[in-house]
Amino acid sequence: MATQTQSQFNQALKKYYSVYTGGFILFVIILAIGEQLGMSNRAIGLSFLFATIGLYALIGVMSRTADVSEYYVAGRRVPAFFNGMATGADWMSAASFIAMAGGLYVGGFNGLAFIMGWTGGYVLVALFLAPYLRKFGQFTIPDFLSARYGGNIVRSVGVFAAILCSFTYVVAQVMGVGIITSRFTGLEFGVGVFVGLGGILVCSMLGGMRAVTWTQVAQYIILILAYLIPVVWLSVKVTHFPIPQLSYGYALQKVTEREKAINADPKEQEVRAVYKQRADAADAKVKALEKDGDAYLASERAVVEKKLADLKAANAPEKDVAAAQKALDTFPKDVGNAGVAWRTDTRNNLAKAAPVKAHGEAFPGKDEHAQDVSRWNFLALIFCLMVGTAALPHILMRYYTTPSVREARQSVGWSLFFIFLLYFTAPALAVLVKYDVYHFLVGSAFSELPAWVARWREVDTALISIVDLNMDGIVQLAEISMHGDMIVLATPEIAGLPYVISGLVAAGGLAAALSTADGLLLTIANALSHDVYYKMLDPKATTLRRLTVARALLVVVAICAAWVASQKPADILFLVSAAFSLAAAGFFPALTLGIFWKRATKWGAILGMIAGVGVTFYYMAVTQPWLRSIFGVTTPISDNMWLNIEPISAGVFGVPIGFAVIIIVSLLTKAPDIKVQEFIEHVRYPHLKGDIDTRAA
Amino acid sequence: MQLTERHKEYWRKNITITAILFVIWFVVTYVTGYFSRELNELVLFGFPLGFYMGAQGSLVVYVVIIFYYAYRMNKLDQEYDVAEKEG
Repeated sequence: MATQTQSQFNQALKKYYSVYTGGFILFVIILAIGEQLGMSNRAIGLSFLFATIGLYALIGVMSRTADVSEYYVAGRRVPAFFNGMATGADWMSAASFIAMAGGLYVGGFNGLAFIMGWTGGYVLVALFLAPYLRKFGQFTIPDFLSARYGGNIVRSVGVFAAILCSFTYVVAQVMGVGIITSRFTGLEFGVGVFVGLGGILVCSMLGGMRAVTWTQVAQYIILILAYLIPVVWLSVKVTHFPIPQLSYGYALQKVTEREKAINADPKEQEVRAVYKQRADAADAKVKALEKDGDAYLASERAVVEKKLADLKAANAPEKDVAAAQKALDTFPKDVGNAGVAWRTDTRNNLAKAAPVKAHGEAFPGKDEHAQDVSRWNFLALIFCLMVGTAALPHILMRYYTTPSVREARQSVGWSLFFIFLLYFTAPALAVLVKYDVYHFLVGSAFSELPAWVARWREVDTALISIVDLNMDGIVQLAEISMHGDMIVLATPEIAGLPYVISGLVAAGGLAAALSTADGLLLTIANALSHDVYYKMLDPKATTLRRLTVARALLVVVAICAAWVASQKPADILFLVSAAFSLAAAGFFPALTLGIFWKRATKWGAILGMIAGVGVTFYYMAVTQPWLRSIFGVTTPISDNMWLNIEPISAGVFGVPIGFAVIIIVSLLTKAPDIKVQEFIEHVRYPHLKGDIDTRAA
Repeated sequence: MQLTERHKEYWRKNITITAILFVIWFVVTYVTGYFSRELNELVLFGFPLGFYMGAQGSLVVYVVIIFYYAYRMNKLDQEYDVAEKEG
């Protein structure tokens, strides 16, 4: 391919991917016909799983390479348009694909922080980073820090921060792969994880960035088709118009009317009263526990034990005995755990006892103070997600792969455009599903629940549960508990589409998780193989040796990630959001000041990065329940909060402190020498006559 | 390498363009974000305006900002003769 010009290469790419898209659609149609002829759901699920993973592996094998520049930056020939698609797939993870629309369904307006935060960050990438990093033209983000500030200390800090935020993120993706494969094919979680991982490794190990890039383009096409088809269908069903992003205003109005009607419905109030009673009961237990401690806990335990014994003695139905056994098994071990569990119980029941919040209402809260807290947290979260987006190494790395600065600039535009296609659809999806639930599920008879409810109830009661609390035989909204994660996966069934579309959506979710995992694994392995091994330990290593080390590390990192994922760490979602705050505080100030402020010095950058990450981490450690328990923090959370900001947005403190420390320390230390000045000028101008050259060989 | 006055002018223009687009980004994100409650009083085609800005409006502005920046800067490179040579 070396003899091809760039424009011939572009033409060839367009042809390949058009044929590929057509082929994939044909494959879906064949499966749809198969379904009509009686193909089972499990067979359809497995066909999607093996066909798509096999396809990704095939692209990986075809893109294998023994060239360092191909391995690390895809030969810097990826056109803006295709790099945009690859970045889109790299960026949109299982969280974007599956959880985001669910978050909007459950959280209404507050969920929009993710929509804005995860798109607006690209403006920062475009204006402050992408073109300059492309001009610099090496392989990794620590490469840039080291070249700009000099020395291996700043490189090491960069490597540490890159691994810290990428690893938590990749674990979440691997878990996503396991959940999707197990749900749609019936394979076990662990098996699902390893099938997915096998696909990732075949792909990235042989071809590095080159293989990952071309696979990500393929994955983007699948994931966007899978996301849009069911929503368009649902939109036609609800609003008789096929462009959901324009037409869901109608549905939103109807939802708002229904919310009012539901809040006024006496039957709903009955159900909410049941929850209020439960909340009061749980609260009474908390109060008694505070008063009597261990003695009360023991007496409560005795009650649970007695109930189990009574049921067994009375030969009660097996279901009731099992429930009582479960209640005993999950009974809190000590006073501390009991307090946490029962307070959560109180809070959850109180939440269900409250009237429905209006979907579009901004910053809901009971009084002005609560509304202000909600508003500032909303804005702080947007800030952290945006700055974090502009600091995640696996995204920034993608802009090293375009042929020129010019294309790097355009490529950010295409990236956001392709991401935007999914993100501006998600709010429409949430409202359309809400419309369907509020109009067709609420008010239906328990004896005639829609088919999708029955099916999903069987899959997992944690996803959706409906219990007739006031025993009137009619579904009230307050009787439905729906987990956000099922919204996207269940949309095809809600819209009344055949199972083959459900399989397609699962394949889309899988593509989203795999593509992000690919990019992240490569980032981590490259930080270790390129920055640590080649740049710091053995700068004389041969090409063959460098690539062998890179491939070996990739496998090791992948296995570590799979192992951690198979432990199913509970607070992984928090860790993923935390990764944004940490990346924001760690990288953004040092990268941007490095380009825009010639006076920024080595020690300014080192201390600024450490201070930014340190403050962010400290704030999380004293305010986030899980981290508090690890570090044994016992002071009340409310005393540790600054300005009532939630721990997820800790970067809102870390980023300004990172900037401040870099500026102050830089002014106190000696100005960088002439070489650094030249370096900065080099990065700022796409082309200068008689310029230095920083490109990596 | 000595920078000429024209080079410095190029960089000043770049900073101006960047700053203007940054301000637009800031207003669309944080000022309209802050006033979402008030904007929600206005309903257009069924959408409360504050909600619409968060869900769709701001996203469109972001895409436009980035493509405009690419277009403007790529032209500026030509004008000031700092564009990369083909090949």
